[in-house]
Amino acid sequence: MSAVISASGLSKQYKTTLALDQVSFQIEPGRIVGLIGPNGAGKTTALKAILGLTDFSGELNVLGFDPRKQRDKLMGEVCFIADVAVLPRWIRVCEVVDFVAHVHPRFDRAKCEAFLARTKLQPNQRVRQMSKGMIVQLHLALVMAIDAKLLILDEPTLGLDILYRKQFYQNLLEDYFDENKTIIVTTHQVEEVEHILSDLMFIRDGRIVLDADMDAVGERYIEVMVNADQAAAARALKPLDERQVFGKSIFLFDGVGRAQLEALGEIRRPSISDLFVATMKGTYA
Amino acid sequence: MKTSTANTLFWLVKREFWEHRGGFFWAPVVTGGVFVLLNIMGIITGEVFGARNGFNLSFGGSQNNMRLLSQALDKQSMDTVGAGLDMVMYSSTMIMGIILGFVVFFYCLGALYDDRRDRSILFWKSLPISDTATVLSKIISATVVAPFITVIAGALTGILMLLMFAAALSLHGVSVWHLLSLSHPLQVIANMLGSIPLYLLWALPTVGWLMLCSAWARSKPFLWAVALPIAVGIVIGWFDLLGTVNVPNSWYWRDVVARILGSVFPGSWFGEVSGIGGHNPAELLSSLSVTRGYTALASANLWLGVAAAIAMLAGAIWFRRWRDDS
Repeated sequence: MSAVISASGLSKQYKTTLALDQVSFQIEPGRIVGLIGPNGAGKTTALKAILGLTDFSGELNVLGFDPRKQRDKLMGEVCFIADVAVLPRWIRVCEVVDFVAHVHPRFDRAKCEAFLARTKLQPNQRVRQMSKGMIVQLHLALVMAIDAKLLILDEPTLGLDILYRKQFYQNLLEDYFDENKTIIVTTHQVEEVEHILSDLMFIRDGRIVLDADMDAVGERYIEVMVNADQAAAARALKPLDERQVFGKSIFLFDGVGRAQLEALGEIRRPSISDLFVATMKGTYA
Repeated sequence: MKTSTANTLFWLVKREFWEHRGGFFWAPVVTGGVFVLLNIMGIITGEVFGARNGFNLSFGGSQNNMRLLSQALDKQSMDTVGAGLDMVMYSSTMIMGIILGFVVFFYCLGALYDDRRDRSILFWKSLPISDTATVLSKIISATVVAPFITVIAGALTGILMLLMFAAALSLHGVSVWHLLSLSHPLQVIANMLGSIPLYLLWALPTVGWLMLCSAWARSKPFLWAVALPIAVGIVIGWFDLLGTVNVPNSWYWRDVVARILGSVFPGSWFGEVSGIGGHNPAELLSSLSVTRGYTALASANLWLGVAAAIAMLAGAIWFRRWRDDS
């Protein structure tokens, strides 16, 4: 199957800053891609380009459409939750369901109402009367009832409590995701999406610094817990990062042979957040 | 579920109505209610004072005279009474028309700005709806839906008023049906409904300018929409004073500023209609009738306004599509 998104030489210049700098990538169907980067790295700009919300230079193809020219058609196949709480504050639950049901050709009303029935939302409730978590529940119910090929989530759980956050990703995995769908998610709460991602993209200063599937990440990056006497040997292998825990050193290696590292100490798979911190070192300096 | 362009447009307009129920629906309804209430109070005041002072509210002073009067009305005065009653019907809609002007003005100013400010544009833009359809639905809401509701509310209030006055007069021996038969409620309603297409064409430059500002301004669309044309006018006046550039100042204020800011007020097109007025209420009313109003279609002012509006609305759609600040 062909790629859901293929980008090459994607650039976007804001007045003084280069938000995207010759970015190229491909996203295959049936993947859950985490687009992770520090604030101001260009995540949102990349998503906006994919959604046709902003102009850019370079080549970009999303589901066979050019987001600049065929945005209206593209949005029939793509859903997005851009940031939390962008639902209009005046609208009622029943109104927004009614509206989307009549303007979206791929919306399944029964499905939406089934999702809503599992929440505390009342049909006559207005968005302004809801908590942030409830707004996201409503938005998610709308989005999950749309049979879209691509779902884009930009910081969907920012500011929610842990119950809502867990529930959000759980619903997404259990009731929404299948092999025909693709999800791109950006978030700072890396630990929470770590287990659901199939692909990982790190973006820094408008460039993709890592683009790999999780298996490849697991093979390429290895963390080793090394006793003090072996530390010098470990440092000789040029680790990405080093930190101290309980008198031992933990080294993070990129592309060093597994056998070689096993000789130094106990090896394990690094968490995405550790990997992220190591990769982004010095971003704000 | 199938969705067609017309269906999408219908739901977009419905959405606008939901959001602006207060301005589009409650404003005319409340105005009508207050209007009726004030008139009831007026009638009661009249009756009470009349009774206290021992005379009746009638032209001749006694009931018999009044009855005789109404029976003996000649053609001329029957027309006058009829026109007076029609005037009563129009009066409520005229007040509501002024309210409508303000409602539409501020609606247009916020139409493409408010959702950018509260970022809900990101939700609307996540749906497969073209920006052209979005802007079009807002134009329809401003120029068709809002005036239509105003006309309906105005007509109902007018009929209520008519019945009230007739009932009050009937207390003094004037036959209700006779009086009512002198008025032309259907014609009044037809006149008002018939004015809506004219309103659309005439208000379009104001709608276009306000929506352009609404789609373009990064903040404070009101300031841009109002201050910009006024500042330009002041500069023109200044140049005129110096005698360097000769742009007719009065032309600018009347044919530009008034058209891009004031044309949402219904009836403002009568500036383009000649021969307004008359020697009696009936003549005045007929000079303000919808058929006379439509002679404004012959003015270049109206069509230049429409052309400018189309350009400004195209600009508004473009900004709606590409403005990237949310």
